[in-house]
Amino acid sequence: MYGNAYIDPNEKANLILAEEDPQKLAEFEARIDRGEKIEPKDWMPKEYRKQLIRMIEQHAHSEIIGALPEGTWITRAPGFKRKLALMAKVQDEVGHAQLLYSAAETLGKSREAMINDLITGKSKYSNVFNYPAFTWADACVIAWLIDAGAIINQVANAKGSYGPYCRALDRICTEESFHLKYGHDNVVTLATGSSIQRDMVQGALIRWWPPIMHFFGPSDKISQHTEILMKWKVKMASNDDMRQQFLDMYVPKIWDLGLSIPDPLLKKNTATNKWEYTEPDWDEFKRVINGDGPCNAERLAVRRHAEEHGRWVREALNNVGSKYIVPLA
Amino acid sequence: MNQTSSEAIKELLYKMADDLLIIGHRNSEWTGLGPILEEDISFSSMAQDKIGQAQALYQLLNDLGEQEPDTVAFTRNANQFHNAQLVELPNGEYDFSLVRHFLYDHADQLRFEALANSSYEPLAKVARKVKGELKYHVFHANTWMVKLGSANEESHNRMQAAFNEAWNYALGMFEKSSFEDQLIAEGVFEGEETLQEKWLANITPYLIKAGIEIPASTSWNPVFGGRIGNHTANLSPLVEEMSEVFRFDPTAEW
Ligand SMILES: [Fe+2]
Ligand SMILES: [Fe+2]
Repeated sequence: MYGNAYIDPNEKANLILAEEDPQKLAEFEARIDRGEKIEPKDWMPKEYRKQLIRMIEQHAHSEIIGALPEGTWITRAPGFKRKLALMAKVQDEVGHAQLLYSAAETLGKSREAMINDLITGKSKYSNVFNYPAFTWADACVIAWLIDAGAIINQVANAKGSYGPYCRALDRICTEESFHLKYGHDNVVTLATGSSIQRDMVQGALIRWWPPIMHFFGPSDKISQHTEILMKWKVKMASNDDMRQQFLDMYVPKIWDLGLSIPDPLLKKNTATNKWEYTEPDWDEFKRVINGDGPCNAERLAVRRHAEEHGRWVREALNNVGSKYIVPLA
Repeated sequence: MNQTSSEAIKELLYKMADDLLIIGHRNSEWTGLGPILEEDISFSSMAQDKIGQAQALYQLLNDLGEQEPDTVAFTRNANQFHNAQLVELPNGEYDFSLVRHFLYDHADQLRFEALANSSYEPLAKVARKVKGELKYHVFHANTWMVKLGSANEESHNRMQAAFNEAWNYALGMFEKSSFEDQLIAEGVFEGEETLQEKWLANITPYLIKAGIEIPASTSWNPVFGGRIGNHTANLSPLVEEMSEVFRFDPTAEW
């Protein structure tokens, strides 16, 4: 899964462009206009490289951090069918991280450097994973609706301009569609189950609705400076467009299950054909993405623990050529 | 099948299925926490195989009149489990998990290979399928055992210490059943003693390559009891966690 890359609105991309060779830049942009893919060895503006690394890296981090809230439910999944399916799903997510780190490495940043930036808090990951999965139903809602959001985002980005990222996304999207089915099946089972199960899933939906609305990133009104990224096909759809697409596809399905969404203003305006909703709390979004969410510290602590406790293994791997001989007593 | 053989076969199936379920559960605890992403994925894929294999064996038990696989796996208490204590021990560091995986999977592979020729055809059929899946598990264990046993001083010392810690528990896997002679006589299973001999012969060459020493046989002290429901304090919390959601409403569909 994946959250929309967070773009700092204070950055001035255009300034950096002034340093680029205008002819090369024009050729580069013409290629993108023609729908060609940019490959690792091709010339690209510094800003293009930088934004792509940030975006793919954030995506990769989201996959491994995303494995944590769902992973805690693997050991609690009710019954063989669910346990096996959830293990396979989370395994896929870790596999996505692997694919994405490799794609980002083609731009010149090593996996190690990226993971290091993750655990020191320097680079971001999808905000949704800074919220806890309180019950089994939370894990089910995540698998359905967060993965649904991820698919919208990833299908759009798969048509982007950077070859290795697009190819990774094509593979990822195929697997995500299974996650979506798995999540939907779980939510349907709970929503049509016993009253305990219904309450559980309704509670989870109430908790997860605000993070889901945050998922596509700040409203276009407050998120400027993305024009150049859209022009270069780094970013393929605006945050609000993706949010609209999500609401269009999933709100009716949620309502069909008899679940209620905690937003009294949510409705489709038949005149504009757009969904209207309460504007998500973007201050909270910023607070959480900058480290102050309910689970930021815990998620990074787990990741840091894994890195630290696995260091001896990685060091040993680097050493395999030189076989250690046990000294004779 | 007469009454006694049915009891004997059930006991055999229970201990194998419980071993697989519990080690599968432990393997799955590595998800998101492995030393490298590739190992996260390996442990997860082995966990899925193990739990799938456990399910297949619980299904055989169900065919013999026991309850549904989900009910058996998710509603019993710890003292009703027949797994060896080796598999319930916490994952510890990667060294211990890997050593346990090595010791357990070699035994498991030999067990399923032997059972592929069992006179109890339903089990033989499952065993023929499972032994194929186990090839990868054993290969993975061998590769890592040799790599980390011999890479550098720290990794060697860690692996040797984990090995010493696991050893008597590993010997406990071969705890004999009260139906042992009957199972052997009826050609259902070759018996724990034979299995242990083969196991020793199989693991030794890899241990030599890894530079890991087996403790002197005079100090061997197998930890038995798991097969009759005696467990360490680690199993109960594991079982509670595993069945936490299911027990909310055991009659519901999840
Ligand atoms: Fe997913
Ligand atoms: Fe994913």
